[in-house]
Amino acid sequence: MAKKQNHHYSYLFLLPAGLIFFIFFLLPALSSFFFSLTRWNLTDWTFIGLENFQMFFKEDSLSIGFKNTFIYAFLTCGLKVVFGLALAVYLCSPIRTRNFMRAIVFFPNLISTIAVGITFNSLMHPTRGIINTFINTLGLNGPDWLGNVKIALLSIIAVDVWKGVGVATVIFIAGIMSIPEQYYEALQIDGGGSMDRFLHITLPLSRPAINSVIILALIGGLRTFDLVWSMTRGGPGFTTDLLSSIIYKQYSSGFFGLSTAGNVILFIMVSAIAFPVYKFLNSKEVDL
Amino acid sequence: MKRNVLVFLLVVLIGTFAVASGQQSSDAKMAEEERVLTLLVDNATSLTGMIAVADAFEVKTGVKTEIELRPGSAEGENLLKTRLATGEMSDLIYFNSGSLLPALNPERNFIDLTDKPYMDNISPAYKQTVTVNGKIFGIPASSSAAGGILYNKRVYKELGLKVPTTWDQFMANSEVIKQAGKTAIIGSYKDDWTSQLILLSDFYYVQQQVPDFAERFTKNQAKYSTEPAALQAFYKYEEIQKKGYMNKDYLATTYDEALRMLASGDGVQYPMLTFAFAALNDNYPDQIDDIGFFAQPDNKPGLNGATVWLPNSIYLYKNGENTDLAQEWAEFYVSPEGLEIYSKTNKADGPYVVKGVELPSDTPKGILDLMKYFDEDRTAPALEFITPVKAPNSPQICVEVGSGISSPVDAAAKYDRDTEKQAKQLNLPGW
Repeated sequence: MAKKQNHHYSYLFLLPAGLIFFIFFLLPALSSFFFSLTRWNLTDWTFIGLENFQMFFKEDSLSIGFKNTFIYAFLTCGLKVVFGLALAVYLCSPIRTRNFMRAIVFFPNLISTIAVGITFNSLMHPTRGIINTFINTLGLNGPDWLGNVKIALLSIIAVDVWKGVGVATVIFIAGIMSIPEQYYEALQIDGGGSMDRFLHITLPLSRPAINSVIILALIGGLRTFDLVWSMTRGGPGFTTDLLSSIIYKQYSSGFFGLSTAGNVILFIMVSAIAFPVYKFLNSKEVDL
Repeated sequence: MKRNVLVFLLVVLIGTFAVASGQQSSDAKMAEEERVLTLLVDNATSLTGMIAVADAFEVKTGVKTEIELRPGSAEGENLLKTRLATGEMSDLIYFNSGSLLPALNPERNFIDLTDKPYMDNISPAYKQTVTVNGKIFGIPASSSAAGGILYNKRVYKELGLKVPTTWDQFMANSEVIKQAGKTAIIGSYKDDWTSQLILLSDFYYVQQQVPDFAERFTKNQAKYSTEPAALQAFYKYEEIQKKGYMNKDYLATTYDEALRMLASGDGVQYPMLTFAFAALNDNYPDQIDDIGFFAQPDNKPGLNGATVWLPNSIYLYKNGENTDLAQEWAEFYVSPEGLEIYSKTNKADGPYVVKGVELPSDTPKGILDLMKYFDEDRTAPALEFITPVKAPNSPQICVEVGSGISSPVDAAAKYDRDTEKQAKQLNLPGW
């Protein structure tokens, strides 16, 4: 009897969704594994085994790409958590312009990333940009934000955090709002200060929100592309190249097999980092 | 009340649909009567001449030419390759000749023009650059050009400088300019393709000293890092950077800003292609006669010459609907009539590659400077026109060495390693 109830609907109902999933998700993914083993010009292909992977790992800028990708992902992720949480706590406190401030923090998110990149490109111009013009009026010499090898990547990271911190803040606000008021009242009766409030209630109980932000920001950072491409195109030279921009450059030079191999490697790398982090974070979560 | 509003909205909606579809069907009718060819061009090319020829063709045959713009460099190539692969290509395609062409798979995509009678009038040096597997695929879209140094003659005169014929003189001139408080050598590395000019323009000297370099380079036998004549260019980048001859913001300066600096005299020498004269003429017509040209010098005694860029080409899409019309268009473009219209409206960047077409009398003075090198036979084609192998990351590598991030030897070695990808993709023997 119970068995029959499980088959209340025919499996045929799954067909449309399954078909869409197969054609638009599964098939391209599987074919990309195949084409990564070929020399391919979009119309003809020759099977060459693992040669593409070999060549991809020989790429000169690859070590820079890996290093930059990690720095980028972990730094943007960490900064978004820290600033996001600080902003969320501030914006949950009873200040008068709270709603207005929340909107302001979220605004940068509504602008297209490419537009943000182009805007900051001119703001950060070494001689005519607003930022350096301002620094010059203070009698100091502003650096070449995007041209200096040492700080180019950091400049992009700063812009990414400015743009992305709004989403983190909103998630944190939701997390903090869902903490029942009784905990705070109990703490007040026990005579705890505002620091205790944060350390012993807000922080541990917004753990699910923190985990979501970490996962989202980390994956976003690992496969980021648009901001770097619109600001420096991986330059000067190869200084701000990420894995994704290396792959894109290979693609636009017409090395389709090689760049597909790069994408397979990027996919494996993102999964290899994201899954363990996700598992680890979930195991630490506590129930409200 | 609510219902009335809904009905009203519905009526408005239906009304607009009816109007829109009516519009569409009348558009379709128009297209049937009006024959249209499409031409895809990158957005950095001066279009004046091409449009003039297309207009003349329309007057003659009634066929309109619609110009579609695409971004330049890697992004544009990307778009081209995708459109070719999906069969959504324009009838006529403006694109580079030489090393970048084989990657577009011309035999599959473009019309073979080998047997056209007008090919007899076109110079063999050009035809070689659009030939793949023995078939000719393109017609020259403009005049040829050269790579070297564009310089501001007015400032040269003010400072009492002479056109340098050796690298040391060039450096000495630059020192004088720098002392005078101006930018000696303009760098525009924000548009990173411009950074390659010093490397590419130096090829005249490589070819004079090692005549079979290109051939051996294609076969994986000659390398930039092991051939001293070829390596020399990378040292030139280093010297310019170390002596601080470039504008301070050369990493944030674009090609357009560089031209403005050159025209105004704030910047005095600019390693560039002579095709910049077309843009200078469009934007700074009053200063055009202040700008001159000299070949990038080298310290090899007795050697001084310019590296030549053969014209970019127009290719005809094989799988389009208007192939016959496109062939008619191409024939008109390279006919004496078409070329006369072209050379009248578009200033030449150098000599034409079609027989019997002379430079008009109002050609910019800088181009006449260049003609001396042709008259005295002191020219060689750029490497990209005599080998299909070019490092895809060449712009980034040149930016690195030009801004002091990497040493000349490292940059050359990187260049060599980078070419391997291209050679393997083309499946060349020896790699």
